[in-house]
Amino acid sequence: MTELRERTVQVNGHPCRVWEKGEGDPIGYVPGYGGLPRWTPFLDALAEKRRVIAPSLPGFPGGIGHFDLDTHLEWVIATRDLLKDAGLDGADMVATGFGAALVADVAAIWPKSVRKLTLIGPFGLFEEDDPTFDVWALKAVNVPGIIVSNPDKFADLTRQPNDADPVDWAVQAVRANEAAARFLWPLGNTGLVKRLHRIAAPTLLVWGEEDKVIPPSYARRFEKGINGQTRTVTIGGAGHLAEIDQPDRVAKAILDFVH
Amino acid sequence: MKVCWFHLMPYKELPEDFREKNNSVWVDISTKNFDPERAHLMYNEFMDELEFAAAQGFDAICVNEHHSNGYGMMPSPNLIASTLARRTKDTALCVMGNSLALYNPPVRVAEEFAMLDCISGGRLIAGFPVGTPMDTCYAYGQNPSTLRARYYEAHDLVMKAWTEPDMFSFNGRYNQQRYVNAWPRPVQKPHPPVWIPGGGSVETFRWCAEMDYVYAYLSYFGYIAGEKTMMGFWDEMKKLGKDMNPYRAGFLQFVGVAETREEAMKLYKEPAEYFYGRCLHVDPKWAQPAGYVTEATIRASVNSQIAQAAANFDVAREMEGIVDKGYVIVGSPDEVAEQLRKVCTHLNVGHLMLLLQFGNMKTDLTKYNTELFAKKVLPQIRDLFDDQWEDRWWPTGLSRETAATPSPVRYRQEAAE
Repeated sequence: MTELRERTVQVNGHPCRVWEKGEGDPIGYVPGYGGLPRWTPFLDALAEKRRVIAPSLPGFPGGIGHFDLDTHLEWVIATRDLLKDAGLDGADMVATGFGAALVADVAAIWPKSVRKLTLIGPFGLFEEDDPTFDVWALKAVNVPGIIVSNPDKFADLTRQPNDADPVDWAVQAVRANEAAARFLWPLGNTGLVKRLHRIAAPTLLVWGEEDKVIPPSYARRFEKGINGQTRTVTIGGAGHLAEIDQPDRVAKAILDFVH
Repeated sequence: MKVCWFHLMPYKELPEDFREKNNSVWVDISTKNFDPERAHLMYNEFMDELEFAAAQGFDAICVNEHHSNGYGMMPSPNLIASTLARRTKDTALCVMGNSLALYNPPVRVAEEFAMLDCISGGRLIAGFPVGTPMDTCYAYGQNPSTLRARYYEAHDLVMKAWTEPDMFSFNGRYNQQRYVNAWPRPVQKPHPPVWIPGGGSVETFRWCAEMDYVYAYLSYFGYIAGEKTMMGFWDEMKKLGKDMNPYRAGFLQFVGVAETREEAMKLYKEPAEYFYGRCLHVDPKWAQPAGYVTEATIRASVNSQIAQAAANFDVAREMEGIVDKGYVIVGSPDEVAEQLRKVCTHLNVGHLMLLLQFGNMKTDLTKYNTELFAKKVLPQIRDLFDDQWEDRWWPTGLSRETAATPSPVRYRQEAAE
């Protein structure tokens, strides 16, 4: 496996970080809650077989410019531009939670831009009688208990590196939540339900069995709406960020799917 | 000095075990706690109290806006202010205020405030709060990431609607209107005085200075906890080269006055403990949605003492602590007058905003507190600052001669009697 490489692409004139590791056909990853403050064991597991490309959405760790994006259309276009410039046009895509709401829209609006699509606990839909959890009404101390099943793994993901400025590190985490709120507040409903039928890519839906944020029942709604072939994999011992809780099992399910 | 009489309109019958049985007084408070027939009586008592305060000679009566809130029953302060406009004569009406980003289009605020200014004969003080996260982001579903930008844009639109002589088009980031033509227009020219309630951020200090607006610090924790913020405000004014005119500032303080301090402690214990115990039972998960405060404020607060003090803030819920910590000033008229003179001089505050009704205070006690204050405290504090500074932020209004006198209502049945 190669070393982690970093480059920058411009989205609406703002720099967004692109991390890359591994060799072979590219597979893209757009993270969920909190973004990608660190490279993760899950991405290492994918990078053993594929060239993993992880671009940062505006406002998420490594990217800025969310404050220029006012409408859902602007967010979706920014996501499409980011993926294209990161070298992911037509590639397999994996996206989680917040990020999955946008990547699902890219796959719906530009059906040829994604080869095979994996959505892990995606946002984008909301049902009044089966509501998602309000992740923006959460004291910091309660975040790990809601977002993952293994709080230690969330601590690993968010631990401040020795060379990072503590204020910058704190601001970066808040900014990621703000950026997500900017396109998902208040319910996480982006109107995606009307566009799901345009998704033609074969789609793998991955759900943490213990997802407290998006109830696993939402998998059926995605399956029903998406036109491409769909399959749902439920991961035991995992919460909303299933790939943080169970990196190897989620990576294996995805590698089997994109093979 | 100007002394303003403020009402929050708290629901007065939250049960004794409210804290134990309810998650929060705000946002998700159970409607099981609300009895509309009791609220009918409360609203009418509250409005009587505001009118009583006006008749007692307070300079202004104040109302404010909250949503889904058990201690603030005024989702629309403008409704209350309009009845006060008819039933009071010379008193300023301080609407503290309308959370600009919640009105769609914001021109609604320009219209309603202009109506109030016309009905009252130019007595309106226009308050423009951003609004708390509980009110704006949660109860009203506004996006915290765009709230402030929307607020500033709505402010620009309202001010333009008041001051632009002709109809215009507004092509904003969040508001687009081809025909902006506020009708009616405010009596006060160029516009009613603007007061901004703030929570202590330097950005708001600066904005008030730049726009020449009053900065009003509306904390429930009194003059001791408020000292740092007010000192920070005046430091910033100095830095910006502004004068130290105390009328640049407003400050909220709870007060309970009686013949003696002992008696005051007894009389105001129940309503004070009701307020700090039941009314301030707010779930902290709603305190700061991401984006509600700016990154600059987060950076400034990470290492600041104020933020640390806030994080460790332990609210007193029993009378001794409530008084010791300065949330409520209690005493005989002379003691209260002396203390308020000290506080207002020290904090350099020209607009003293008083809560003389708080918690479940009964209407008789509210009127007693108000009358005793008006008779024996007000005359001892009113002269403060007046020989040195001009209040440029007070309604200019119509003269008594030109102002309308609402006719008394006589029902047919009564007329026949």
